[in-house]
Amino acid sequence: MSAVLFFIAAIGAVTGAIGVVMLRNQFYSVLALVFHLVSLAALFLLLRAEFVAAAQVIVYAGAVMVLYVFVVAYVGGGEEMPTRSGLRIIGPLLALALAVELCVAMLGTALKGISGKGAPYLPGFGTPEHIGKLFLTKYLFPFEVASLLLLVAAIGAIVLARRRRGLDPDEEAQARVHRPLPAWVGSMAEAGGIHFEEADGSPESEPVRSQG
Amino acid sequence: MAATTFGWLVLLCPIVGTVIIALGYKRLPGRTPGWIATAAIGLSFVCAIVMLVKLLDRPEAHRQLTSSLWNYASSVGVDAKLQILVDPLSVFMVLVVSGVSTLIHLYSVSYMAGDRGYSRFFAYLNYFVFSMLLLLLAGNFLLLIVGWAFVGAASYLLISFWYRRTTATRAGIKAFVINVVGDVGLVLGTFFIFTHTGTLDFLKTFAVAPHVFHHDSTDLVVGCLLLLVGAFAKSAQIPFHTWLPDAMEGPTPVSALIHAATMVTAGVYLIARMHPLFELAPTAADVGAVGGCLTLLIAGTIGLAVTDIKRVIAYSTMSQIGYMIMGVAAGAYSGALFLLMAHAFFKALLFMAAGSLISAMAGNQSLDRMSGFRRALPFTFACFVIGGMALSGLPPFSGWFSKDDILAYLNHRGGGFEIMGIAGYIGAILTAIYTFRMIFRAFFGEPCPEAKELEEGHLAHAEVPTNPQTGEVEDTDVGFPGPEHHIAEREWPMKIAMGALAALATVGGFLQIPGVDDAIRRFLAPSFATSRLAAAAPSTGADWIGLVIGAAIAVTGVAVAYRIWVLAPGTAAVVRERFAPLYRLFVNKWYFDELIDLAIVRPVAWFGQVTDTVLDRDLTTSVTTGGTVSVVDALSAAVRRAQTGFLRYYVALMLLGISGVVIYFLVSS
Amino acid sequence: MAIGWYLVVSALIFAIGAAGVLVRRSPLVILLCLELMLNAANLALVAFSRMWGGEDGQVFALIVMVVAACEVTVGLGLIVAMHRRRLPIDVDDLRELQG
Repeated sequence: MSAVLFFIAAIGAVTGAIGVVMLRNQFYSVLALVFHLVSLAALFLLLRAEFVAAAQVIVYAGAVMVLYVFVVAYVGGGEEMPTRSGLRIIGPLLALALAVELCVAMLGTALKGISGKGAPYLPGFGTPEHIGKLFLTKYLFPFEVASLLLLVAAIGAIVLARRRRGLDPDEEAQARVHRPLPAWVGSMAEAGGIHFEEADGSPESEPVRSQG
Repeated sequence: MAATTFGWLVLLCPIVGTVIIALGYKRLPGRTPGWIATAAIGLSFVCAIVMLVKLLDRPEAHRQLTSSLWNYASSVGVDAKLQILVDPLSVFMVLVVSGVSTLIHLYSVSYMAGDRGYSRFFAYLNYFVFSMLLLLLAGNFLLLIVGWAFVGAASYLLISFWYRRTTATRAGIKAFVINVVGDVGLVLGTFFIFTHTGTLDFLKTFAVAPHVFHHDSTDLVVGCLLLLVGAFAKSAQIPFHTWLPDAMEGPTPVSALIHAATMVTAGVYLIARMHPLFELAPTAADVGAVGGCLTLLIAGTIGLAVTDIKRVIAYSTMSQIGYMIMGVAAGAYSGALFLLMAHAFFKALLFMAAGSLISAMAGNQSLDRMSGFRRALPFTFACFVIGGMALSGLPPFSGWFSKDDILAYLNHRGGGFEIMGIAGYIGAILTAIYTFRMIFRAFFGEPCPEAKELEEGHLAHAEVPTNPQTGEVEDTDVGFPGPEHHIAEREWPMKIAMGALAALATVGGFLQIPGVDDAIRRFLAPSFATSRLAAAAPSTGADWIGLVIGAAIAVTGVAVAYRIWVLAPGTAAVVRERFAPLYRLFVNKWYFDELIDLAIVRPVAWFGQVTDTVLDRDLTTSVTTGGTVSVVDALSAAVRRAQTGFLRYYVALMLLGISGVVIYFLVSS
Repeated sequence: MAIGWYLVVSALIFAIGAAGVLVRRSPLVILLCLELMLNAANLALVAFSRMWGGEDGQVFALIVMVVAACEVTVGLGLIVAMHRRRLPIDVDDLRELQG
């Protein structure tokens, strides 16, 4: 029974992965990844990692993927140019080589546990209780550092993505004082064609294609 | 307080003097630095006398005392200590050095007055005395080498005292370089000896030496020869002598102190101190004796020809030191040290008198221009005559007893040494001739213009100060001699100093009259207790025969000089014509300077040139540095092309790398 | 199923993710493929944790998830910033940051 479930989940994961790579539409790629993540959660359950599976679904497939969806909605939809021919062949070849190598490395080792089904099952293995205990005793430091990392990432994202009108903060403050922004101002609205007059009266400059 | 405590005090006084004068050089008015310096050395002399008294209090067998302040390193197999050795030899030398130094300091108080570098002079002079005393009191090779090097440095500082004179600075460098060659010899010699004895301490080395070295062993001979190199360089013996005449560029008190009485005697002291080692290596001792013999003859001949008065006295110093070296190398220790003491007296006196004479000549030193100063400078003349008679070995002056002590011993030893003894007598005639040549030319005959001026009571002054050697125009600011000239007749410190030395030169000889009293030999006996050679002294009769022969030779020499330069004044020119090639050889100082220039200075300079252009500029800079730089540049240009900016290119490289690493681990497991 | 199977699946997914990074031009999809690789690593970690019997691997996997979330945040923020400045969302055209 578990073998069947394993194969279903495994095939689902691999299919999802291939879909991410090969689908042309970016949104479809995101959806493929979601499918892949859920299959992976099933695999985790098969490995008796209950908490990790739940976290995978809630955090990964839930929060992170939703973030992706938002960004794709905001940004994506553009036509993607096909890859250069060189990398088109080398890429998959390298990946194949890597896969073969990894399989050989993992299966060819003298590690006896690989061919077994794992250590004898202790009740409570993989439960939030055990994981929580580990987090708060043995792995306290990584736990704290991870929270710090999340904080840094959040601040970084805000800094990266904020609106900037010009480099002079005084000008910006002045503009804000003199003319309060209308409620509908925002890039999405601008993308829709509505323009906002500058404080000095000149319309916003035309989008400039950067030279790259 | 023990004798050794006074030994430390002897060392302390001069260095404290230096520090006080050096620190207060701007604030001490007038002649105060001079008085402070003189007082410091005088105090040192008093401590030396106390040291002598305390040493004599002890029984004869216990007169070699050491005192160590601290160990520098005792765990690495080297017993390096700050240690002095107080024994009759060192006390004797310290007494001579500090005594004569006090008198010379006194002389300089007025001689150097008016010079802008007055304080600096006395600071350097005190420092020199400190170094010399350190050298003499050293109880192990370490302090000996330290003192040796310090003395060389002090000599350099003092020779180039008038540092804006190119001739003076060049002379200072020459002296220093040759001294350093000697230093290297000394250190290497120490090393050769140390590898076998395993100790740096003098007394321990001498105790162990007979057991460790067999008679004339190669290592010991080489070590002693290297020590001889050091001694010869310091004492200006052939072939390391070329610095001494040039060192006369320094002020006259410097010449008196360093290059007559003290520093140049360091070589004699070294050989005397190392006598157990030299007696075990007779080959080295013989080389030393031959070197001394050659020097005394060659220097004597040069003294006949040169015309700069200070250089005549310098060559006579070289010649007399030749006697001393010959003496200590052959085993006439007490005789050589007796001559050292007497020589300090009369040579310092001669230099002082020469200084007075040069002042009267307004800085000019050439014998060609001096004549007839007898009436103008009576006191100086008297001192010159006394010094000259002592130098020539006329009875009853100190030079007579001391020089003939050595020659009698040499003749007694027989064999090759007897030949050296005869050479010594020839040297004695030459000494008498050139000494009285100097005196007769400068003081007899028609008074020169400066002498006439002085007879009228007016000291001659040069309109424009010039370098006496090259005639270059100078000024009287710091770095050049001062505007004032001082003669002994007018300055009482100079008179007292010269008078004291004249008295000592006259009566000093009575310390060792053969058969009557043997004060010096008996005093020095504990230092030379283990020496076989010292014990073999000639009989009183042989001594007196030697003395009579010496007196006869000296009188003959004076008579010859009198005939040539006073009775028949044109004779000198005639002789010069007859023996023109010989004369040229003597005047050009036997071409030693030219030889050394050709053999050593030019190749070294050429090598330096080559190193600068080929090695440094071409090889190191262009090829190695420039080459490396361009290789790195090229390589980095090649590597730079991997930085394309394509993200996926980088990822591909990363994956490639990972694959590579995994394959490596797979294969190696 | 033996643990080895899970590891093989993990290797496959990793390789597919690597291929995706090399082949696609849109930074968004490249980030997605990066997620694939991270997930493959997670799977391997959890598999080993099952093999050894301790939950250390799972803790590691959770931390990896945290890191992945942070990295996605920042990466997407970058993409948004790029879009704001009207830059082309194309990895091959954005190559001024060399070296």
